[in-house]
Amino acid sequence: MALLSFERKYRVRGGTLLGGDLFDFWVGPFYVGFFGVTSILFSALGTALIVYGAAIGPTWNIWRINISPPDISYGLSLAPLAEGGLWQAITVCALGAFCSWALREVEIARKLGIGMHVPFAFAFAILAYFSLEVVRPVLMGAWGFAFPYGIFSHLEWVSNTGYKYINFHYNPAHMIAVSLFFATTFALSLHGSLILSAANPGGGEAVKTPEHEDTFFRDVMGYSIGTLGIHRLGLFLALAAVFWSAVCIVISGPVWSQGWPEWWNWWRNLPIWG
Amino acid sequence: MARYQNILTQVQVRGPAELGIALPTGQMPRDGKPWYIHWLGIIGNAQIGPIYLGWLGVASLFTGFIAFEIIGLNMFASVNWSPGEFLRQLPWLSLQPPPEEVGLQLFPALDQGGWWLMAGFFMTTSLILWWARTYLRAKALGLGTHVAWAFASAIWLCVVLGFIRPILMGHWSEAVPFGIFPHLDWVGSFSIRYGNLFYDPFHCLSIAFLYGSTLLFAMHGATILAVSRYGGERELEQITDRGTASERAALFWRWTMGFNATMESIHRWAWWFAVLTPLTGGIGILITGTLVDDWHGWAVIHHFAFSN
Repeated sequence: MALLSFERKYRVRGGTLLGGDLFDFWVGPFYVGFFGVTSILFSALGTALIVYGAAIGPTWNIWRINISPPDISYGLSLAPLAEGGLWQAITVCALGAFCSWALREVEIARKLGIGMHVPFAFAFAILAYFSLEVVRPVLMGAWGFAFPYGIFSHLEWVSNTGYKYINFHYNPAHMIAVSLFFATTFALSLHGSLILSAANPGGGEAVKTPEHEDTFFRDVMGYSIGTLGIHRLGLFLALAAVFWSAVCIVISGPVWSQGWPEWWNWWRNLPIWG
Repeated sequence: MARYQNILTQVQVRGPAELGIALPTGQMPRDGKPWYIHWLGIIGNAQIGPIYLGWLGVASLFTGFIAFEIIGLNMFASVNWSPGEFLRQLPWLSLQPPPEEVGLQLFPALDQGGWWLMAGFFMTTSLILWWARTYLRAKALGLGTHVAWAFASAIWLCVVLGFIRPILMGHWSEAVPFGIFPHLDWVGSFSIRYGNLFYDPFHCLSIAFLYGSTLLFAMHGATILAVSRYGGERELEQITDRGTASERAALFWRWTMGFNATMESIHRWAWWFAVLTPLTGGIGILITGTLVDDWHGWAVIHHFAFSN
């Protein structure tokens, strides 16, 4: 049954959004629920389509398998399967699976009587994916502007899209997003380190307390945000990183189609410089 | 239906200031009388200070200030000391490393990268002094030294970029300039010069750990806030004496993805993901131009890129 020692008392009925008791059960450690069923259906179909796309493609090399969106000439219409139709179906499956997963998280959170923070956070990731694969292509008028599915092919898309705007590092929203990714990783390292250092002091020392945590950070930098605050900060930084990532790509093309370095000329040309 | 999700602190309690755990003998006194910022109290602790400066802290701040001043004054000089032009062009201004013909000379002319070397020296000194401070502050409180070793990983990336790799390449001109847009230009042209860093496997790893860290903090922060109604943010208590907050947090992930960390192990995941980001990134930079000249060509040889 794969039950943890304390798990049985938590496995109670209820909390579902759809389907009542029909799918309210577990398989091994996994909770199922109505959205577990839809998750499985979407992800199985999507995976099968990816494998089919690989099979009709030129290679089984895992790094090079690639399923591209339709050519720009198809605009926003449906394309034949082998010419981007697969990509379109896979994108629908992916969005179906991601949204099912988020709703399944809502059901699990309801069942456990905990907050909705995790599905809320996951929604930002879905939003970023949706921005890249749907919002920006729709704004630009063709599915061909979306990124392809493949390990190195998607990196090549990132690289090529970046150079279309000369130097993507000059994109102000990209700057904010990158800074937030670094800040999140920095904050995570500090938080992980602090908990480990208090729980594993080494050398016969007793395990430490939150007072030690606060004291360490006040001693080092004059401020400790505290045990609750660090989790609010971490969640905020992570979600802001994702949000600004979505912004930085959606504005590239629909809002600004020249090189990003030129965008900054407004600053040099402000009337205040005289 | 709607329940309070503990996003902000609604009522702030203001007791006597927390002055910190007593330090062992031989330590200097802490500095500063604590004060409060109401707005900080909405997300975390409102109390600012006290701080333990000590001579390491003072020396670190001082050397950091010298580096900052060298960079700033060089930029100021580059616009002929015009305050207006300084502000107008600030994002474009730079302090460049020595030109290629200077090689690895330690004392080139000041306008031939001498200032850059000095700024780099003082910045690195500042970082290392601050590192020693994180180590000794942990020791003084009887804590493990995990913060210091995580910080060392970031210093490693810094030192690779500005010191180790330039030495292996034979000239300081390989290093990163100081400046907002100039350092971005360096990143862009570095990638182009070596055939696209996206094909550098260590760059791939570093990015994966960077995104992974962000994913982990979103998952962990959200989980702890979700169980904060059961006291989940008191993680040290939950580690040593598991309560219902830990149990619900673990079961949430177990039921969602078939696997869960524990209240302690999630912090080990966090530490490793964050530490490996600059560690692998530093390796990726170190081997570029020294071991591998053309990442695209390397990828073609190893069958993960097409020749074109």
